[in-house]
Amino acid sequence: MNETLQRTPLYEAHKALGAKLVPFAGYEMPVQYPTGVLAEHNWTRANAGLFDVSHMGQCFIVGPDFETTSRAMEKLVPADIVGLAPHQQRYSQLLNEGGGILDDLMITRAAYKNYEGWLYVVVNASRKQPDYAHIENHLPEGIKLQRGEDMALLALQGPKAVEVLEKFAPAAADLNFMHYAALDIEGIAAHVTRCGYSGEDGFELSVFAKDAARLWDLLMVDVLVRPIGLGARDSLRLEAGLCLYGHELDESTSPNEAGLLWSIAKRRREEGGFIGASRVQKEWAQGVSRKRVGIRPDGRAPARDGTEIQNVDGRKIGVITSGGFGPTVNGPIAMGYVETAFADVGTKVNLIVRGQALPAQIFKLPFIPNNFRR
Amino acid sequence: MNKVFSKDHEWVTVEGDVATIGITNHAQEQLGDVVFVELPKIGANVVCDASIAVVESVKAASEIYVPVSGEIVAINNELTGDPALVNRDAEGEAWFFKVKLAKPDELAKLMDKAAYDKFVG
Repeated sequence: MNETLQRTPLYEAHKALGAKLVPFAGYEMPVQYPTGVLAEHNWTRANAGLFDVSHMGQCFIVGPDFETTSRAMEKLVPADIVGLAPHQQRYSQLLNEGGGILDDLMITRAAYKNYEGWLYVVVNASRKQPDYAHIENHLPEGIKLQRGEDMALLALQGPKAVEVLEKFAPAAADLNFMHYAALDIEGIAAHVTRCGYSGEDGFELSVFAKDAARLWDLLMVDVLVRPIGLGARDSLRLEAGLCLYGHELDESTSPNEAGLLWSIAKRRREEGGFIGASRVQKEWAQGVSRKRVGIRPDGRAPARDGTEIQNVDGRKIGVITSGGFGPTVNGPIAMGYVETAFADVGTKVNLIVRGQALPAQIFKLPFIPNNFRR
Repeated sequence: MNKVFSKDHEWVTVEGDVATIGITNHAQEQLGDVVFVELPKIGANVVCDASIAVVESVKAASEIYVPVSGEIVAINNELTGDPALVNRDAEGEAWFFKVKLAKPDELAKLMDKAAYDKFVG
């Protein structure tokens, strides 16, 4: 590690809580707090977990009006951006010319007065620089990318998240899934979106860096809230069947293969007009040769990222992209890619772990029912 | 004989010509929540510094290196059903395996507690 690691505005808060800090995407981030990954995972499934995700890339696509900005953004992503309602957020991907995924991202239509031409975008920490370069290269004259400097992002996730947040801002309870509201939390201006990465109901709170520590402390006072590190963030998202860039998604993988066609509206599939459209349209019509699937080993041994998947005759049919232990499932779980002929739920496969073939089955995703607010 | 320690974070106690081996409390703290343990087979002949067991936490898999040579004469089957025992009592109930020593002088290179504490300090 030659380059200096960056710190989020909550670095001191993590240190004070006794977090184990590790390098992640160029930042010094908490992987776990003293109670450990299992306890943090289970707490989030039952109560409310507070995550520092300030390392993620917050930025804005800025144009003169929503129509112009959303049309420009539709060149870059396959989702329906023009059809976003004010306050609404969508999940999408940046694609390369070959239809491979450069990153996945969240896009929100701003409705702040005098900011109607702005889209609020959140990208992965590890992809910030290439994403920003790619976006800037493909925006037309008059539309610009503005980096969100001095911003922090907190996530409050879990079935009790709403109970915690509505004590500060009653309007949080009325917020619909994948929509934001501008909330005042003890004088802190927070852009609060009902979304997350845990499979549970919850919120992401975007605030100015100067307010991040105070907001963290305010939320931490509630007995329902505990701090959660990146370790549990990963086991939570894996159980929820959610993709992680660099694992399920990369520049060779299409949204179709990744099972993300649900995020591409019919109009966009039919009309194309976005970078990478020809592959998306072709695979939509003809199908894919490999697919993202869930996998459950029959035994107790976890199979990690990179594990070879074989059919029962011993031929390689795929590879695991994320694998570990699911605390809520109480057993090993994984996601990966297999040839389409082996992607049906219930198909028996073998995982090659330390030279041994461990029996496993293709399993329906998510591993646990999603508890998003509908 | 007092407990001695390897640079790979195993502890060893010896009674007669049989060594009992587990992972140190420091190692279990570094690993985090243990969810799976794979043990060697009884009767296997192992050589010093070979990887002969695996411990998996929520986060990652780690190999366990045997710090002595000999024959595996016992394994702790408790760990298979209750891997979290490693977190609760790493240097006691959560021993991994017992080795009948083939080369007792290999013990000489292991550290005493003071040296190990300094090693991880």
